[in-house]
Amino acid sequence: MNPSYRGNPQAVRNLVRADRVHRDLYISEEIFTLEQEHFFSNTWNYLGHESQIPLAGDYITTELAGQPLLLVRQADGSVRVLKNRCAHKGARLVICPAGSAGKYLRCPYHAWVYRIDGSLQSVPLKKGYEGTSLYECEAGQGLAVIQHVHLYRGFIFAKLNDAGADFQTYFADSLSSIDNMADRSPQGELEVVGPPLRFTHNCNWKMFVENLNDTMHPMVVHESSAGTAKSMWAGQPADAVKPMAIEQFLPFMSDYKFFEDMGVRVFDNGHSFTGVNFSIHSNYSGIPEYEAAMQAAHGAQRTAQILGMARHNTVYYPNLTIKGAIQTIRVVKPLAVDRTVVESWTFRLKGAPPLLLQRTAMYNRLINSPFSVVGHDDLYAYRSIQTGLHAGGNEWVSLHRNYDPAEIDRHDQVTVGTSELPMRNQYRTWVNYMTATM
Amino acid sequence: MQNAPTRQDLIDFVVLESQLLDEKRFDEWNALFTDDAYYWVPLAQDQADGINQTSHLYEDKLLRDLRVARLKSPRAFSQQPPSRCHHLLQTPVIVRYEPQANEYLVRTQFHYTELQVDEQNQFVGTFFHTLTMRGDELRMTLKRVNLLNSDSALPAIQLFI
Ligand code: FES
Ligand SMILES: [Fe+2]
Repeated sequence: MNPSYRGNPQAVRNLVRADRVHRDLYISEEIFTLEQEHFFSNTWNYLGHESQIPLAGDYITTELAGQPLLLVRQADGSVRVLKNRCAHKGARLVICPAGSAGKYLRCPYHAWVYRIDGSLQSVPLKKGYEGTSLYECEAGQGLAVIQHVHLYRGFIFAKLNDAGADFQTYFADSLSSIDNMADRSPQGELEVVGPPLRFTHNCNWKMFVENLNDTMHPMVVHESSAGTAKSMWAGQPADAVKPMAIEQFLPFMSDYKFFEDMGVRVFDNGHSFTGVNFSIHSNYSGIPEYEAAMQAAHGAQRTAQILGMARHNTVYYPNLTIKGAIQTIRVVKPLAVDRTVVESWTFRLKGAPPLLLQRTAMYNRLINSPFSVVGHDDLYAYRSIQTGLHAGGNEWVSLHRNYDPAEIDRHDQVTVGTSELPMRNQYRTWVNYMTATM
Repeated sequence: MQNAPTRQDLIDFVVLESQLLDEKRFDEWNALFTDDAYYWVPLAQDQADGINQTSHLYEDKLLRDLRVARLKSPRAFSQQPPSRCHHLLQTPVIVRYEPQANEYLVRTQFHYTELQVDEQNQFVGTFFHTLTMRGDELRMTLKRVNLLNSDSALPAIQLFI
């Protein structure tokens, strides 16, 4: 559309209309580069879960906005997020996805040593720096510390830039989905189990995130998997006990009315969840031993409230999507304009019987594995868009479904589950955070 | 003890199993499993079980039947056009040969290739076939696929490794 978006916030704004968005959001390499510099640096993004770093000195590495980061548990129990970049010449301090640093981080190149809070502890042959300006320069300051870090029920979020809203304002009432996921533990706590499934999607990250609240696709895209499960189960007596896999597949084939009635709630800053009234996770068989543990911990009334809330997908815009009702999360890692890794994590509800974890592990592999028959058909659609958008003539992606001009001024709204409002809301947010620092 | 397979029978079984996949004879392939068997691709290296943490695949008869049936569906969009696959095997090695227990374990290094149009992906690893005699036939009770890169970011793998 435009030869250059850099330094041209108006051109970026022009890409997002009230009811449609320009294809360059998905296919322009320049837009992708600007997203890393601005959008992903100005928004709050999920980096990891505190159960991954239980002890002082434990770390995990990740990246955000193309930058290598290091999350380290401190001696006082807090979590610090550091740039994983040696202050000397830029080597990464640690390369492993997870490990323990003990008390110090020692650079494997020239052995500069840092305390786990990032401050510089020592440099070999110190006298070589006498009379130089080392300690007045960046290098002498140690590792860069991310200032905006927030832990919420064990979920670690960060924002790289000073621009943008504070954590509470940014997520506001959408945090109730994280609450519900953690509240489902009799102890109120979650724990990551095992490594994540890491699935490379050759598409822009937005197609994946949009799809999480796209309820017009399951009965179409997943007919070959969930539809086959349905026909395999057809003919069973009504009271036959469904195998767990059947129970998990069948709701994907629900009709339009089901997804319409499910409802969607949309918040400021791009967040939303489908499943206001019920969802594809609502009718899983009860697990009496679990319900008893919940009632013992929370009381009957509160338990009914917690388990009665079975939301579908909550999008914590931009990089986290969660399924509290089945205890999995999916984290988006954009690598290039047409390449994204989706990491799917399995969580254990502390204090719950093993069957809960087994159910989560099954759901995760059925739906989110690179071998998933559900995921294959989703990915096919995303890849198809990534290529199809290059067709000239129509440069716009339609998001007209249930558009109402009054929606723009609303801050927290519930509407039919099949509305494209969640996507429109994502792009209104996108344009704000994209241009905030341009 | 009756009907003990020869060592060569075990090797032939593993070779045939891959051949059926490469020839897309999925129903025949699926029939090589016992009814209580699992087809397993662990996610973690040295993963202890397929139940208490997630895997790439941990498929009982129901899920294998579903996967095979899906590939016949005209609505299996991701298989338009269909993928092809190729298994290159090193000579299988018999790890356990226990006719008394009617249990045999065979270890095979593989190089798996999956192709769709211009996109070709390759994977290497080790198969562990746990085999048993059912009547006169050898059957799998477990096929475990240890991928070298099980915890890497992987593309879609649509057929059967
Ligand atoms: S790059 Fe780290 S000490 Fe030189
Ligand atoms: Fe889907």
